[in-house]
Amino acid sequence: MISFSNVYKRYPNGFDALKNIAFTIKLGEMVFITGHSGAGKSTLLRLIAAIERPTLGGIFVNNKNVSTLKSRAIPFLRRNLGMVFQDQKILFDRSVFDNVLLPLQICGFDHWSATGRVRAALDKVGLLSREKARPITLSGGERQRLCIARAIVNRPSILIADEPTANLDADYSKDIMNMFKSFHQVGVTVLIAIPDAEILGRSQERILALNHGKLEI
Amino acid sequence: MIAWLSHHWHAFFLALRQLASAPFANLLNIIVIGVAFSLPTGVYMLLGNLQAFSGQMSEAPQLSLFLELDADKATISKIESRLKQHPQVANFQFISKDSALKQLKQGSELTDIVDSLTQNPLPDAFIINANSTEPEALEQLRAEIQKWPKAEYIQLDSAWTKRLDALLKLGQLAVLMLTALLSFALVVVTFNTIRLQILTKRDEIEVSKLIGATSNFIRRPFLYFGAIQGVAGGVIAWLIIAIVIHFINSELTDLVQLYAVDLHLYHLSVEDSISLLLFSSCLGWLGAWLSVATHLWQIEPK
Repeated sequence: MISFSNVYKRYPNGFDALKNIAFTIKLGEMVFITGHSGAGKSTLLRLIAAIERPTLGGIFVNNKNVSTLKSRAIPFLRRNLGMVFQDQKILFDRSVFDNVLLPLQICGFDHWSATGRVRAALDKVGLLSREKARPITLSGGERQRLCIARAIVNRPSILIADEPTANLDADYSKDIMNMFKSFHQVGVTVLIAIPDAEILGRSQERILALNHGKLEI
Repeated sequence: MIAWLSHHWHAFFLALRQLASAPFANLLNIIVIGVAFSLPTGVYMLLGNLQAFSGQMSEAPQLSLFLELDADKATISKIESRLKQHPQVANFQFISKDSALKQLKQGSELTDIVDSLTQNPLPDAFIINANSTEPEALEQLRAEIQKWPKAEYIQLDSAWTKRLDALLKLGQLAVLMLTALLSFALVVVTFNTIRLQILTKRDEIEVSKLIGATSNFIRRPFLYFGAIQGVAGGVIAWLIIAIVIHFINSELTDLVQLYAVDLHLYHLSVEDSISLLLFSSCLGWLGAWLSVATHLWQIEPK
């Protein structure tokens, strides 16, 4: 469960990224956040993972107030979130396998059970045959799938993706979206930021539309 | 518990991989640390050897009594009987001027010069072993015998061990100062190495933070690296000392034959060797910790 109550975010230069945001996402729900570039989509997602702190208001993730979380507790919050970043943040100095292994190493899995989980995650996104490849040799769509594998390998209850289909052609985008839908179907709460709702076609998912930092209803 | 072990094993493995990734540069670092450490360790080793040597000597404090050249047999036997009755004297040995000259001929390369002498310039002498090892008692005994008739000069052979002890104390101070200075150098070397590593691993650190790594998790491989580098430097220092001792000892064998004394350099004891490695690893760890504490907070995910 994710809930925002009267959240404001003002950057040090005086720019108001978010103004009076309030919504609740229930457990197992799939929600899209739409809005033009600079509307505050990324800021909203980053507040959930405590990468940034709100200027005002409360943010609750699984009933814990993230906005007042001590910095020592932040790593444990992030371990419950699977995140796909806008700029991917792939590590190019190691193989596809090792990229996906990193979250499990951080959680302290032993090598054997970690290997099984990494393979399962790579299999889910269709990259199992490329596990030994260097990320630099992957196509744009494959890199995105690598990011998704890294986000789900820890089996998080919440999956957050920031424009996961940016720079991908329509077929790839559809693939990626279907992948997120399949995670949603097994009970994961999914939150995806996309520039506009066109890509969704006629699907029934809930949409939070941001416009200049405000929610449109 | 398993997670904790796994974390430490992971960090240790990462540190080793980091060492292997730039073997030449890391080896140079380790050698620098080793050379820096071999200096105080070497002086410490020498002091230990000197101390052991002076310990051997001062076990039996001896007084050498030299008589005047014109001392006759009667005087000598009188002194002999006085020495026998003296409560402070454990035993003594008389060395006549003739036997002293013989010894001098045998034990040195001065045979020609000795032969050319027309008369024996050496005095009769007594070597006296005292009961007490107390410096004050020995001094008292020396002063007393000095007043006896025909006693030319009496030398307290343990006097030089006292001087040596004073010198050793000075040496220990020097070791302490050297250790402090070069420990600082080790910390600085490690600090800089870790700083460079943190800079090159910026991306990895940022991503790790984003996906839930604690500060400890990020810090640990660097601390292990520092400690391993310190230990390796300590091992190098130990080896340098071992090589130096090997060479000095092979030179010393000649001297040993000349003077007929047991003169060997010994390496650090097992305890001292382990302390050396522990100390250098702690310093490496400290350097890494300082570096991580100064640089890691600057890398925050954006």
